[in-house]
Amino acid sequence: MTKRKFGLGLSLMLAAGVLAACGTDEDTSNGSTTDDGGEGTEETSDFSVAMVTDVGGVDDKSFNQSAWEGLQRFGEDNGLEEGDGGYAYLQSQSDADYNTNLNNLIRRDFDVVFGIGFLMEGAVAEIAEQQPDAQIAIIDAVVEKDNVASVLFKEQEGAFLAGVAAALMTETGKVGFVGGMDIPVIERFEAGFLAGVEAADPSVEVDVQYTGAFDKAELGKTTANRMYQGGADIIFHAAGGTGNGVFTEAKERKESDADANVWVIGVDSDQYDEGQVGDDNITLTSVLKRVDNAVYNISEQAMNGEFPGGETVVYGLSDDGIGLADSRGAIPEDIMTQIEDFKQQIIDGEITVPETVE
Amino acid sequence: MSNRATNILVPLISVILGLLVGAIIMLVSGYNPIRGYTALWNGIFGDLYTIGETLRQITPYLLAGLAVAFAFRSGLFNIGVEGQLIVGWFAAAYVGVAVELPKIIHLPLAILAAAVAGALWGFVPGLLKAKFRVHEVIVTIMMNYIALHVTNALIKTVSGGGDRTELIFTSASLRSEFLQNLTEFSRLHYGILLALVMVGVMWLILEKTTLGFELKAVGFNQNASEYAGMNVNKNIILAMVISGAFAGMAGAMEALGTFEYVSSKGGFTGIGFDGIAVALLGMNTPIGVIFGATLFGSLKYGALNMPNEAQIPMEIVEIVIAVIIFFVASGYVIRLFLLRAANKKKEVK
Repeated sequence: MTKRKFGLGLSLMLAAGVLAACGTDEDTSNGSTTDDGGEGTEETSDFSVAMVTDVGGVDDKSFNQSAWEGLQRFGEDNGLEEGDGGYAYLQSQSDADYNTNLNNLIRRDFDVVFGIGFLMEGAVAEIAEQQPDAQIAIIDAVVEKDNVASVLFKEQEGAFLAGVAAALMTETGKVGFVGGMDIPVIERFEAGFLAGVEAADPSVEVDVQYTGAFDKAELGKTTANRMYQGGADIIFHAAGGTGNGVFTEAKERKESDADANVWVIGVDSDQYDEGQVGDDNITLTSVLKRVDNAVYNISEQAMNGEFPGGETVVYGLSDDGIGLADSRGAIPEDIMTQIEDFKQQIIDGEITVPETVE
Repeated sequence: MSNRATNILVPLISVILGLLVGAIIMLVSGYNPIRGYTALWNGIFGDLYTIGETLRQITPYLLAGLAVAFAFRSGLFNIGVEGQLIVGWFAAAYVGVAVELPKIIHLPLAILAAAVAGALWGFVPGLLKAKFRVHEVIVTIMMNYIALHVTNALIKTVSGGGDRTELIFTSASLRSEFLQNLTEFSRLHYGILLALVMVGVMWLILEKTTLGFELKAVGFNQNASEYAGMNVNKNIILAMVISGAFAGMAGAMEALGTFEYVSSKGGFTGIGFDGIAVALLGMNTPIGVIFGATLFGSLKYGALNMPNEAQIPMEIVEIVIAVIIFFVASGYVIRLFLLRAANKKKEVK
């Protein structure tokens, strides 16, 4: 009897072996082609760059995705291939994974490794200490180490323009702001938005809500539902994946009633595609935070041997690191001129947008 | 078939089945299972760094598993380990930053603070269960959310509007240069020893003390225990408090070892919830928890290397890991199947 059981176990193991063998054949060929490609590119350029995302992943339609697009663009422009010796990314599953992922990429000999997001501040500081020869860049946080380049954005400037647009476009006199976690970066968005509304039309009310998370679309949806129910007609979200729920809610309202006056202002990347409902689109505009440009620029500098280690680079309206996306006609001409006017004033330094909410 | 053969065969078959189904999933999705599993193996045992990190990952799972198992033995389902862990994490980190003391006082104080915070978080559902028969599952789930948002607010206050505290003073840290040098700068810390000691403590309480006997008796049958003259209410509260203390210490591992700070969280860490599976895999025994935590921690940490080394997307990796755990957890089904087969054979004879 025992024999028979062992026989069963054996046949199972054999089956595993056979299956696995099939896999090897198929994939060794795959593997070797990528390797060849990697070696091929190494001849043209021996520079490589990689990034670690936070828990959002490269398809968050926002921050991480923007960074990844920047990296891909850099790779294409310089003839790099995805993978070792080219460009790559690793996604984190929890806060504890940042160290490991950063370390893994450094061990794979990438010349520059990006930590995307303020959440990685602690991990970057620690790894930078342990790996003094590695070049690390961090977005949205400052790590004061000689081998770390810190990148910050003046989110408040873009949010200010969004506030102006919202205040001038609203028909109900009420607009909304949906934030992700209550952290300094998002507060800059909120402060800018509030200041923009105030500057354009002080009588407009702003409903500010924080959902406490960047990856909970369902929370974004219920929050948006409450806001629209409460009379707001334009919602600006700075909530990453949570903001996708804001879009869902607005689109559902537009779908059930084509005349519904609902708008969403997107964030980080141009979220126009998110707002498509049949022939209509509920995306008013998006506050662009060109993480892709920042990633691209820093990679380029590093490739030329000018990695800005130990420095803090700040992007704002004046250098197109921050901006408003094309509204594709959703915002009429006369309002656009007013927005441009405010934009010029910020660039000229006549208006200083606050970073924090008073 | 002899009992011993079954005992060896069941876990073996479960693991092989799990790996096999995982391999099929990888194959179907167009990835090489051999490369995938090699990456998994290297991610767990590849070098000293990964071994150190794997042990580091196992540490909080051990304590979270103990917390769930302890409550289970007293007939209570503590879903609140997650929340108790979060308050413990905050308490330990707070003590770590707020004062600077000699290590011999500071470190135990920080761990104690975490245990007390976790115990307090366990006390509330325990009290409600004992006094008003409110089901502990509901209360502990809600206490998780309270813990998450209260600590986020506290972190904001403590850090002056920021999203994380300063690094704790080294006098409160569980890390050591010795362990870091040994494992090529991994975050391995002395918490693993503490966690193993706690496994012993739980075994002692359950098997060698009157308290443990009473707790188990309450777990088996409340009415019988009461009839035998035990104070059921007291035991329910005590079970939750001790369970919460274990969970709080799991938080201390994160605060004093892995991170050395606490940052505001957008969601749960997941360690507390995984602790439920760890305890169940270990059949709620202290020794079993060691196996459960080792399996969970290793797979969880090793999985990170699969996208890194074998370029398998995280989504597929998660499915594969879940499948392996699923098969290990369903060892009972395989055992049943083997027994049935054995009986049938007997009848034929």
